[in-house]
Amino acid sequence: MAEKLISKIPEGPLAEKWTNHKAHIRVVSPANKRKLEIIVVGTGLGGASAAATLGELGYNVKVFCISDSPRRAHSIAAQGGINAAKNYQNDNDSVYRLFYDTIKGGDYRSREANVYRLAEVSNLIIDQCVAQGVPFARDYGGLLDNRSFGGAQVSRTFYARGQTGQQLLLGAYASLNRAISKGQVKSYPRHEMLDLVMINGEAKGIIARNLVTGEIERHGAHAVVLATGGYGNVFFLSTNAMNSNGSAAWQCYKKGAFFGNPCFAQIHPTCIPVHGDQQSKLTLMSESLRNDGRIWVPKKKEDVEKLRKKQIKASQIPEEDRDYYLERRYPAFGNLVPRDVASRAAKERCDAGFGVNETGLAVFLDFKTAIERLGKDVITARYGNLFQMYEKITDVNPYEEPMMIYPAIHYTMGGLWVDYNLQTTIPGLYAIGEANFSDHGGNRLGASALMQGLADGYFILPYTIGDYLAGKIQVPKTDINDPAFDEAEKKVRERINRLFSIKGKETVDSFHKRLGHIMWEYVGMARNEAGLKKAITEIRELREEFWKNVYVPGEENEFNQEIEKALRVADFMEMGELMALDALNRFESCGGHFREEMQTEDGETKRDDENYMYVSAWEYKQGAEPELHKEPLKYEFIKVATRNYKD
Amino acid sequence: MDLTLKVWRQKNAKDKGHFETYQVKNISPDSSFLEMMDILNEQLIKEGNDPVAINKGCKSSGPVAFDHDCREGICGMCSLYINGRPHGPDNEITTCQLHMRKFKDGDTITIEPWRSAGFPIIKDLVVNRGAFDQILQAGGFISVNTGGVPDANAIPIPKKKADESMDAAACVGCGACVATCKNGSAMLFVAARVSSLALLPQGRVEAARRAKAMVAKMDELGFGACTNTRACEMECPKHITVSHIARLNREFLSAKLKD
Repeated sequence: MAEKLISKIPEGPLAEKWTNHKAHIRVVSPANKRKLEIIVVGTGLGGASAAATLGELGYNVKVFCISDSPRRAHSIAAQGGINAAKNYQNDNDSVYRLFYDTIKGGDYRSREANVYRLAEVSNLIIDQCVAQGVPFARDYGGLLDNRSFGGAQVSRTFYARGQTGQQLLLGAYASLNRAISKGQVKSYPRHEMLDLVMINGEAKGIIARNLVTGEIERHGAHAVVLATGGYGNVFFLSTNAMNSNGSAAWQCYKKGAFFGNPCFAQIHPTCIPVHGDQQSKLTLMSESLRNDGRIWVPKKKEDVEKLRKKQIKASQIPEEDRDYYLERRYPAFGNLVPRDVASRAAKERCDAGFGVNETGLAVFLDFKTAIERLGKDVITARYGNLFQMYEKITDVNPYEEPMMIYPAIHYTMGGLWVDYNLQTTIPGLYAIGEANFSDHGGNRLGASALMQGLADGYFILPYTIGDYLAGKIQVPKTDINDPAFDEAEKKVRERINRLFSIKGKETVDSFHKRLGHIMWEYVGMARNEAGLKKAITEIRELREEFWKNVYVPGEENEFNQEIEKALRVADFMEMGELMALDALNRFESCGGHFREEMQTEDGETKRDDENYMYVSAWEYKQGAEPELHKEPLKYEFIKVATRNYKD
Repeated sequence: MDLTLKVWRQKNAKDKGHFETYQVKNISPDSSFLEMMDILNEQLIKEGNDPVAINKGCKSSGPVAFDHDCREGICGMCSLYINGRPHGPDNEITTCQLHMRKFKDGDTITIEPWRSAGFPIIKDLVVNRGAFDQILQAGGFISVNTGGVPDANAIPIPKKKADESMDAAACVGCGACVATCKNGSAMLFVAARVSSLALLPQGRVEAARRAKAMVAKMDELGFGACTNTRACEMECPKHITVSHIARLNREFLSAKLKD
């Protein structure tokens, strides 16, 4: 099976790979594009931009989303910004530097060629978005403004207040709307993909549930593009939207698409801490806040005690009694170290007993110095909506008292394994954006998810999919009465019926919460062999209990949010196990994956390049353990080093 | 906190619908409104599955359907009418950002769906806002294909204009403006998009066509006219002001005059 993992990375010098590749892949003529159908699942930055662009090119596109409108996709919630190597600030940024920062930020677990291409097309994205009317922040001269994000020493992040994801998505959604109005794209909102249909080993369509009527529908195509985001909601509490899920990707995995690096999940350092058992999700406070906010805990335990008992306020603790631990430990990058580093440092301080709220699981993010330096108005202009959001949730005014933050699950670097063309191991099935594994290695840098989603959707997939479709111009439209559709639909119906028929005692949410606890405890910020083994056992037990004791109310043929959730949670229970298995296999620490057995004396990650410099690609085996395939990572152009943010 | 909830229940689009009254207990003031709704639903699911309660004649109509997704005020999916106000008693927030500390122990809270001809009810508190997509498909875009566009800094845009464009672009498409308007008008929603693009040089090129097409579509879909009550501005979670409606009117009129 090893021959399946052909990455198709082009030969030649790094900077010429994409150009050469584009020059040599096949294209489809306009007359033939009209004959070809493509299904795009998901309408976040990747899906919306891909569907719009493919429609503009002349393909017949069907686009599916689970929300009531493509605009609701969770890309909308991205706050801080999008990276590009424009070097508008004249701070010596370049495509190479963005590439290098991203590879280093990912702790040398991503592909050189993919990351270079990402950096290369980053500039086109900004041009495209401006042309679409995205109102990026500007300076008085009328030119675009930038700010800094973690893991970079230059200002290359473009932003639209604290809602950059929203504005970029509305841009892509507008293009999608234009393509819909021209009849190039047909939109299917409130539809959920429940299975992939394969004919003769190729992706040929999907089975989808109409979430309003409950009808099971068949849709055929010449190729299927998955843009369904990540699987962070395995953890129950995360910054993902409530309906974000990994089920579409998981069904593809079960049909033979390999899953890459499932254990690589990103824990974001600046989220609002958990308030109690009734919590349903976590809210992120943008990384951009670390441009001006300083992270600290008290130096003295007695101050910690007083804070927890609410006897003093944070603002009353004098400067000399504050431990700005990121500035202390990482002088070169300070508060702008990458997310994995900042998260672990917060955990270290809280584990040492310096957590500043009642639960002991919070640190301060303080704007006092910045307000003194710049004035309140400047801070309001930069972060006003984030400050407002914080106050609404916590009832604390962050202009007067520092914010309290704690790490939370935010993003999954892992995803469906794809080659350089973004094609999975199933011919005709593509995965883009967060749904694939390709560009972020062990840790994604801030403001790079938006960049990747739009790079894949606007500028990469529309070219590479042509190479596959050029071979399909003689192939007639997929027949949705093919036995493969009968079979897939039957399985979907059986699964739904089985869930309804259990009629157990516990709700879907209660199982999801229990899964989340296991995942956070053993497959979260710090992992070890015993814990991971325990997680696998406990997840298996929980899954068994779920299939015996879950209760799904209501009917199949109606708007029923409980069956939607039940189908997703059933898959999360399988995904969680694969994440633990992958984490157990990877006996090294890299990026967000921290194996306690593998750390340096000062608690930093310790990689094992000799044994683990590979992408783990898992193959599903019915009724047996999944099989691990390895794609070796070759670094031909940069020197692999220990990540250093200290000097 | 212990609360009494009066919740609109409607099985589907054809059902007449009615209010049902529920009690919820031990709600943390730090919980969000939607977390309170989660707790209500857990309770309703359990009741519906409790043979003792069913024998006693308890007829649960199952969990309450409501739209929600990001739960941080940006996706625009949540849409409840709470005590007669879209997104509840606080200002400049969506329902998911509303917290229970805004209520008092023992309160009775009335929860309804958006009520507007433009937004037919799908089930309980869930409505169909597909009309908004259709309005934007009529012209809420700049006609550029992917690729072949000038450098992002090629056209300077005055900061004030870019900022104002951003103010309008903050619209989350939740529909509170329509729900609160006595005429069921979608003017603020349409104005936000028209205004945001009209302020930018890239969007000026087809500004006239856009304004006419979007207004025509809005009328066609049965949304009412604007009579300047400014209720929309009051209830907009993103504080989009009626000055954008003024700009839409200018764009629309000058486009019509040129016809």
